[in-house]
Amino acid sequence: MSKKYDAGVKEYRDTYWTPDYVPLDTDLLACFKVTGQEGVPKEEVAAAVAAESSTGTWSTVWSELLTDLDYYKGRCYRIEDVPGDKESFYAFIAYPLDLFEEGSITNVLTSLVGNVFGFKALRHLRLEDIRFPMAFIKTCGGPPNGIQVERDRMNKYGRPLLGCTIKPKLGLSGKNYGRVVYECLRGGLDFTKDDENINSQPFQRWQNRFEFVAEAVKSAEEETGERKGHYLNCTANTPEEMYERAEFAKELNQPIIMHDYITGGFTANTGLARWCRKNGMLLHIHRAMHAVIDRHPKHGIHFRVLAKCLRLSGGDQLHTGTVVGKLEGDRQTTLGFIDQLRESFVPEDRSRGNFFDQDWGSMPGVFAVASGGIHVWHMPALVAIFGDDSVLQFGGGTHGHPWGSAAGAAANRVALEACVKARNAGREIEKESRDILLEAAKHSPELAIALETWKEIKFEFDTVDKLDVNV
Amino acid sequence: MPFKSTVGDYQTVATLETFGFLPPFTQDEIYDQIAYIIAQGWSPVVEHVHPSRSMATYWSYWKLPFFGEKDLGVIVSELEACHRAYPDHHVRLVGYDAYAQSQGACFVVFEAR
Repeated sequence: MSKKYDAGVKEYRDTYWTPDYVPLDTDLLACFKVTGQEGVPKEEVAAAVAAESSTGTWSTVWSELLTDLDYYKGRCYRIEDVPGDKESFYAFIAYPLDLFEEGSITNVLTSLVGNVFGFKALRHLRLEDIRFPMAFIKTCGGPPNGIQVERDRMNKYGRPLLGCTIKPKLGLSGKNYGRVVYECLRGGLDFTKDDENINSQPFQRWQNRFEFVAEAVKSAEEETGERKGHYLNCTANTPEEMYERAEFAKELNQPIIMHDYITGGFTANTGLARWCRKNGMLLHIHRAMHAVIDRHPKHGIHFRVLAKCLRLSGGDQLHTGTVVGKLEGDRQTTLGFIDQLRESFVPEDRSRGNFFDQDWGSMPGVFAVASGGIHVWHMPALVAIFGDDSVLQFGGGTHGHPWGSAAGAAANRVALEACVKARNAGREIEKESRDILLEAAKHSPELAIALETWKEIKFEFDTVDKLDVNV
Repeated sequence: MPFKSTVGDYQTVATLETFGFLPPFTQDEIYDQIAYIIAQGWSPVVEHVHPSRSMATYWSYWKLPFFGEKDLGVIVSELEACHRAYPDHHVRLVGYDAYAQSQGACFVVFEAR
């Protein structure tokens, strides 16, 4: 039935608030936490969010009658109270699949978190979760290798992987940097990592770093008889430069490279992930800038969304915070989004912050990386929280050892293996953490010294962004 | 930073991946790990290799994977039989997870003599 053109401004809710709508399996669903300006009805604000993140604009336009906008529009189909919060509410919005280009996370985010975040009728807006439909997921490349392939490549089974970031993070020459890599790897780590700030600065150009690191990895493998790797940071100022670095890493026979997916951008990340799949390269993902976007409880994008987006864009390891270390992160929330990285189906569970059932189908899993302000005393808790499919990274907790990085690495490896052994034997490793570590230290002077060095260090601050629950 | 005489020398050790940094397991400790593999529903696999090839992806199977084997005693005797047959080889036990097509556990039980 044709419609008539009626110029002017209509209320958003007339078109975009559809409480009777039953979402389709192919719809992309989003949950926003909305804080409207005072006096604006919830339905109107929620409908405005649906409109401004899909087909709507502030005024009716004649050209919308050239198409069937009912087919393309986003719809707010449910509003819920936020527990313990009177001024905000959750708006659930369904977007038809055809609004998005196949395989393009960039396109999804441009729509969902574009103009609408600056919309004046809103005081705050936060994208809490997205339910990606299987029909969209199957168009995404995803992790270039995934957990299973990475384990097979690196020959690491039955335990979390162990890594550390090279420090000082800036200012070392290529050769000195390679020395620190070598020390860590010969001491028992599986991986070392370029700090995210390391790209190609005057004190250490990337090519020089890559060459020395490759030699360090090779020496450590030969001497220890174990497989090793170093995340060579390929994040660069242009895509061309990024690919050039990746190609050189491959030429040097290195197993893994690294990218910063938020500062580098989703387009660059998706391209690099595709390159990694094609070239048999593992891809470690850093997340600089995430806290700017995800830390405020009422505005921005929750990290679980950024984590889901990364799994679709592609990466084999992603930083998730540590729960116990120096950086922000609540335990239940973290468990919620590490499920999103690793599982093939994640059920709706508000106690973990998951607003939707999420079916990942055959999408490979991503290792959760815990890094930042952690040391050997945290090991039992980290193994309990993160499980085997994780990479535990101790920077200061490796290099800060009184005997140096190799001994620090060995201390961490002994602690890790002692925890895994105890867990497998049925012990409660968090409760018995002290006994487990002290027993292990009897056979390892390196661990004994590490336990003494970091015995008093704790980072106990309240979490800024908490789950919305009634207390 | 002046040199401190308390600094020790860390010597690189050649290790065989998981549990390589722990002292050799006692018999009871090995039983605990086998029991864990069985409890997870994984299939025990015994593999062996000459130390010169220890970094290779494929070690030789001892017989075939013990699919569905739940008897701890059977696994122990197979490990020992493999060790007797190949005393100069490393012998490892794998907990094979058919769902993940990966190894839920893998560690060396007997190092080559």
